[in-house]
Amino acid sequence: MTTLNPPARPPAPSARATPPAPGRLRPVRHRSVGRGVNLGLCAVAGLYTLLPLVWLLFAITKTLPDLYGSNGFAPSGFHLWANLRDLFKQDGGAYPRWLLNSVLYAGAGAGLGTLASVMAGYTFAKYSFPGREKLYGLVVAGVLVPGTALAVPLYLLFSGVHLTNTVWSVIVPVAANPFGVYLARVYAAGSIPDELLEAARMDGAGELRTFFTVGLRLMGPGALTIFLMQFVSIWNNFFLPLVMLTDSRLFTTSLGLFTWNSSTSQNPDYLRMVVVGSAVSVVPLLILFLTLQRWWRRGLAEGGLR
Amino acid sequence: MSALTASPPPARRRRRLHIALLLAPFYLLFAVAFVAPLGYGLVLSLFRERFTGLGWNGSHLVFAGFHDYARALQDSRFLDGLGRVLLYAVVDVPLMLAIALVLALLLDSALTTARRFFQALLLLPHFVPGLIAALIWVYLYTPGLSPLTSWLNDIGLHIDFFSSGSVLGSIINISLWQWIGYNSVLLYVALQSVSPSVLEAARLDGAGEIRTALSIKVPHIRPALVVSGLFTVIGSLQLFTEPKILQGSAGSTVTASWTPNLLAFSEAFNSNDYSYAAAISLLLAAVAGVLSLLAMKLVGRVDRSSQEADS
Repeated sequence: MTTLNPPARPPAPSARATPPAPGRLRPVRHRSVGRGVNLGLCAVAGLYTLLPLVWLLFAITKTLPDLYGSNGFAPSGFHLWANLRDLFKQDGGAYPRWLLNSVLYAGAGAGLGTLASVMAGYTFAKYSFPGREKLYGLVVAGVLVPGTALAVPLYLLFSGVHLTNTVWSVIVPVAANPFGVYLARVYAAGSIPDELLEAARMDGAGELRTFFTVGLRLMGPGALTIFLMQFVSIWNNFFLPLVMLTDSRLFTTSLGLFTWNSSTSQNPDYLRMVVVGSAVSVVPLLILFLTLQRWWRRGLAEGGLR
Repeated sequence: MSALTASPPPARRRRRLHIALLLAPFYLLFAVAFVAPLGYGLVLSLFRERFTGLGWNGSHLVFAGFHDYARALQDSRFLDGLGRVLLYAVVDVPLMLAIALVLALLLDSALTTARRFFQALLLLPHFVPGLIAALIWVYLYTPGLSPLTSWLNDIGLHIDFFSSGSVLGSIINISLWQWIGYNSVLLYVALQSVSPSVLEAARLDGAGEIRTALSIKVPHIRPALVVSGLFTVIGSLQLFTEPKILQGSAGSTVTASWTPNLLAFSEAFNSNDYSYAAAISLLLAAVAGVLSLLAMKLVGRVDRSSQEADS
C-alpha cells in the first residue's frame, strides 16, 4: 500500500524540464550511426501506430463497393462528404445524437468526478482528522478494483432500483474516481502553501470558503489534468453503457456503432456507416489531445510516480 | 496545523463539519460505484430465488451459501476463460513492457531527434476508444477489406487472423497497438527523473548509451515498470471488448464464454442467472485485487530498497 501514499520526496520537476545535457552525447563518429538506428526504430513504431489510422483515412472516402473492391491503402474516388451526410442522416439522425450523448456523459461524469476528487484530495492533504488514513485506505482499495469487474453487479444494483436505461446509470458510477483523489492529494500537497490557507482563515473565511477561493484556484492545473484523464476513460468506456442502456436514443457513439456493426448482415451499408462513424468519433478526443498536450504529459508524469 | 488544537470547541465542531462536507461528494459517489454493487453482488451471489409451492405465491430468497462460487470453480467455461486471459496476460505483458521500454529508452536517448513528435504520434491510439480500435483492426484482418493478409501472403505468411490458433494473437496485437505508446510515454516520463549528474558520471567512467541504459536507467524506473505491468495485467483479466467484436468474424472460435467477463455478461443477459453472473464478477474482481495487491507490495519493496541504496 505504501506506494499509493503521496511520495515523500518531491517529484523533481526540475530534472524533467531540463533539456538533455550536451555531455550525454557520445563521440561524434558514433553519433550519426546511432541516430540513424534510433530514428529507424522509432519510425517503425510510428508506422505501426499509423497503419490502421491511414487505412481508416482512405476508407472514409470510399463507397461501399470500393471498401471491398479497392486497395485499402490507396484512394478510390472521393466520397467523404456524401459519406458524412449519410452518416448523420442514417436511422433518423441517430449518430449526432450518440455523439452528443457521449460528450454529455463524459463531460458531466468527469466534471462531477473531478470536483469531488479535488475536494477530497485537498482535504486529505491539508487537514489532519481522526480516521483520515482509514478513509484514504478506501481510496487505495478503489484504485485496485477494476471498473469492468463491477459492470455486471452495477447493472444488477441499478435494475434493482429501476434506474437502468437512464443517463444516471452511465454517469454516476463512472464519476467516482479514486485515482483522481490520489492525484489531487499529491497536487494539493505540492501546490498550496499552508500560510495562504492560514491567511484566509485569519480573514474569517470558513473551511469551505477557503477551499473554493484559495484551494480550488491553486489546484486548477491539476484539476484540468484529472478532468482530461477521466473524460477520456469515460468516453472510451464500452462495457457499462452496453449493460445499462437499451434505448437507442441514450446510446453512446461506441455502443451505437457496436449495434450497427452487429447489423451488417441485414444491411451491408452499415459497414460504411461504422467505418465513417468510427473516424468521426475519434475526432473530438484528438482535438482535445492536440490542443491540451502539455496537460496530458503532466498527468502521465504524475501517474508514473505511483 | 497547530491552530487546530488551539481553536475553541464550537469552531472545531464547525471545522469537522466542513471537513465532512468536503469529503462527502466523493464518498457518496464511491458508495454508489464501488461499495453498493460489491455488497449487492455479494448478497445476490449468496442467495437464490426459490418459488414456493407451484410458484403461485411468488418467490422468496433463500440462503444458498457459496454454492455459486463452488459452481464457478468447477465450471469448465469459467476455468477455461480464466486460463485464456491468464495466457493472454503471460504473452501480452512481457511483450508490452519490453517494447514500451525500448521505445522509452530510444525517446530518452540523446541521439533521438524529434522526440516530441514521436511521443505525440505514439500516444494517438490512446485516444481511440477500445471498441473503435477493435473494429478497425477487425477490418484490417478481413481479407477483402484490407490488403494486410495478401501482403503477408506475399512474404510467405499465410495467416487467418480469425482461426482458433491465431485469435488470441490477433487480440494481443490490438492491445499492443492501443497501449504501447501510452506505456512508453509513461516510462519515458519516469526516465526524466534520472539525475543528470549520475548520467554524467557514468559517461565520464566510459559507459556507452546501452550500458548506461541497462545499469542506470532501467533500474531507476523499475517501480514505473511494475506499475505499467500491473495495469496491463488487470486489463488483461478484464478482456471483453475485443473478443466481443471478434465474435462477429470468428464466432465459432470466440464463444460466449471465451473470457470470464464475456461469461458473466452472457449469464446475466442471456441466461438471466443473476446470482451466478454476480459470483463470476466478484471472483474476477477478487483475483484482480489480489494480483494488484501483490504487485503493490512488490513495488513497495523495490522502492524501499532503492531508497536504501540511494542513502
